[in-house]
Amino acid sequence: MPRRNIKIETRVEYLSILDDRGRVDTALEPKLDGDLLLYMYRMMLLTRRLDERLLNLQRQGRIGTYAPIRGQEAVQIGSVVGLRKSDWTVQAFREPGVSLHRGWSINRIIKFWGGYEEGCAVPEGVNDTPIAVPVASQLPHITGIAWGMKIRKKDDVVVGFVGDGGTSEGDFHEALTFAGVFKVPAVFVITNNQWAISIPRHKQTASKTLAQKAVGYGFDGIQVDGNDVLAVYVAVQEAVDRARAGKGPTLIEAVTYRLAMHTTADDPKKYRSDEEVKKWEKRDPVPRFEKYLRDKGVLDDKTVAELEEDIAERIRKGVAEHEATLDVNPVECFDYLYNEVPAELEDQRAEFAAALEREGVGTGD
Amino acid sequence: MAQMNMVKAINLALREAMTEDDGVILLGEDIGQDEGVFRVTEGLMKEFGEERVIDTPLAEGAIVGCAVGMALYGLKPVCEMQFSGFAYQAYHQIEGHMSRYRNRTRGRYNMGMVIRMPYGGGIRAIEHHSESREALYAHNPGLKMVIPSGPRNARALLIASIRSLDPVIFFEPKGIYRAFREEVPDEVETMPIGRAVVAREGSDITLISYGAMLRPTMEAAEDLSEEEGVSAEVVDLLTVSPMDTETIAGSVAKTGRAVVIHEGPRTCGVGAEVTARLIEKSFFHLEAPIRRITGYDVHFPYFASEQAFLPNAERIRHAARETLAV
Repeated sequence: MPRRNIKIETRVEYLSILDDRGRVDTALEPKLDGDLLLYMYRMMLLTRRLDERLLNLQRQGRIGTYAPIRGQEAVQIGSVVGLRKSDWTVQAFREPGVSLHRGWSINRIIKFWGGYEEGCAVPEGVNDTPIAVPVASQLPHITGIAWGMKIRKKDDVVVGFVGDGGTSEGDFHEALTFAGVFKVPAVFVITNNQWAISIPRHKQTASKTLAQKAVGYGFDGIQVDGNDVLAVYVAVQEAVDRARAGKGPTLIEAVTYRLAMHTTADDPKKYRSDEEVKKWEKRDPVPRFEKYLRDKGVLDDKTVAELEEDIAERIRKGVAEHEATLDVNPVECFDYLYNEVPAELEDQRAEFAAALEREGVGTGD
Repeated sequence: MAQMNMVKAINLALREAMTEDDGVILLGEDIGQDEGVFRVTEGLMKEFGEERVIDTPLAEGAIVGCAVGMALYGLKPVCEMQFSGFAYQAYHQIEGHMSRYRNRTRGRYNMGMVIRMPYGGGIRAIEHHSESREALYAHNPGLKMVIPSGPRNARALLIASIRSLDPVIFFEPKGIYRAFREEVPDEVETMPIGRAVVAREGSDITLISYGAMLRPTMEAAEDLSEEEGVSAEVVDLLTVSPMDTETIAGSVAKTGRAVVIHEGPRTCGVGAEVTARLIEKSFFHLEAPIRRITGYDVHFPYFASEQAFLPNAERIRHAARETLAV
C-alpha cells in the first residue's frame, strides 16, 4: 500500500529520581554507598564554591571574562564520577566540575580564565580534552576518540558535553551521524541550561525535546532532570554500560538552568525575567541533594561545616598558587606549535625575544 | 625500481605506511568499496579491512573532526577530501583544532594526522573541482602544507607526512595524477618536509614552482635553453609551508632573476610569499623585478576555458624573456 505509518525502533525516556524538594523515588533510587554519595556532594559543593570565587576574581579584575556554571553542578558531577581513569571526557567550555573530579588542579582551572595557555595543558595521566571554545566543535572529537577505542578493542568509553545551543550546529549532526553508523562507545551529554547567551531553548529548535534527536541518528535518547544528580548518574552509567558492551552511543539531555549570566560580559536581565530565575533557584541541585543526604543520615551540620572549611582552604590555596605564578614568558608561544619546529619559526622566535629584550620585557630564557 | 604514475605511487605510500604502523587509519568518502573516485585507495580495503580503510558518511567536517579525535587517542588518521573544494566544510576543524591542539595543550597531544586533497585544474570538472587554495593552509599556523610534483616525490613525501607527528595538508595535483610515469624505488623512500629541490640547474634565471605547474615550468626552461641559449634554474618547492627560503634565496643569489609560477590566485598567494622572501634575503642580488605567472584573482573558470586560463610554458617563457631583458 502506498501510505502507512513507519514503525521506528527507538526509545526516548524521561528520568527523575529526586524531586525539587529532595524527596526520593525509592523504586528508582540507585544503591550507592555513603562514601560515593558524600564524594558527589563534596565535588558539587567544591564546584559551586570555586565558581563563586572565579566570579569574584573576575569582578575584582584578577582574571578575564568568566563563564559561570551555577546551577549545573549535578550534570557535571553526575556524568563523570562513575567513569574509569582510562575513559575519556570531552568538555565544552564550562565544565569545571568535570575537571575537578578528573584531577585538574584548581590553579590550572583558574589559569585558563586568567589568560594562560597552561589552563589547557591537560595534566599527564588524565584522559581529557581541554575547554573547546567554538561551540559544538568538540563533538566530532568525542566520536573520533571513541572510534579509536573501538579500533584498539578497548572497553573504555567517552563522555562528552555540549550545550542546548550547540545542538543547532552542523558538528552536532555530523558527530552523532558518525557515532550511530560506526556504533562507537560514546555518551553525548547535552547540558540544556535553557539559554544560549540570549536565545532561549524554544528558539533554538522546534523539536519538543533535544533527547529525541537521537532517533534520527539511530540510537537511544533520554531526557533527565539535570538538577537531580542521581538521575544524571543513573542515566549516564546505563549509557556507559551499554557503550562498554559494544551497544553503541547514547544521547542524554540533562535539563538544567544557567542561574548566572552566560559570561561576565553579558547582563541576563536584558533577555530573561527574574521570576524565571527565581523559579529555577527553587530547583537548585545542591540543596536538593543535601536534603536527600541529610534524610539518609549521610550528612549532618558538622560534616557540612567541615566540608565548607576544607573547600574554602583548597580554593584559597589554588588561588594563591595561581597568583604566585603569574609571570609569563611570551616567547613560549613558539615552543609547542610543532613537534618538528621549522627553521623560520626559530628565526621568528629569536626576533621576538630580541624585541622583548629591547623593550625590557623578561623572556625567562 | 618500478615505473608508475602518481596515483599508483600514492597508493604505494599508503600501503607502506599502513603496513609499517597499524595505527594508520584511512577515512574518506568512497575510498573503500569504490577505491576512491581517482582510485588512489585501490585494493587497500581488501588488504587492510573495513576498520582501517573507512567509507564514511558524506560529511567533511566529521571526517576531519573524528580524525582529530583519533589523533588525540594516538592513532595516525589519513583523511581524504574527495576534492579540495569541499574541504571548507571541514575548515573549522582544521583551523580550530587540527592546527591548534598541540599548542593548546602545551605539547600534551600531538596532531599526527594527514589530510590528502586532490587540487588544481585540468581535468574538465564542474565548479568547485579545480581550485588551488594552498595559500589558505600555508597562512594557517600549526599546519604543514606539502605539494608533490611527480610520482616519486609524491610517494616519498606522503610517507614522511604520515610518519610526522605534526598535522600535514597534502595537496595532490590531480591534473597530473596519470600524466606521466617515473621510476619509483622498491624500498621505502622518504623526503624531508620543508625542503625544496633544484629540479634543473641553471645560471641565468630562477623559475620557482610546485605541484602541477612544475611541468610547464620545466618545459619553459628546456625551451629557453634550446631556442634562446638561456640557462634557467628550476626550483620545486615541494613544501609550501614551512617554505625553504634557503634554497630559493640561494638560487636567486646565483641567477639574480626570478619568476614564480602557480595556479592559485595571485594576491596573497604563495608567489607573494616567495617574492617577499626574495626581497628580504636576496635584494642585493636582484637584477630585475620578480615576476609572477599565476592564476588571476578571479574564480577558476568553468572547464571550457580552463586550458586557456591555466599558466602554460609559453606564458612562463614570455615572463622569463621580459625579466632577462631588464
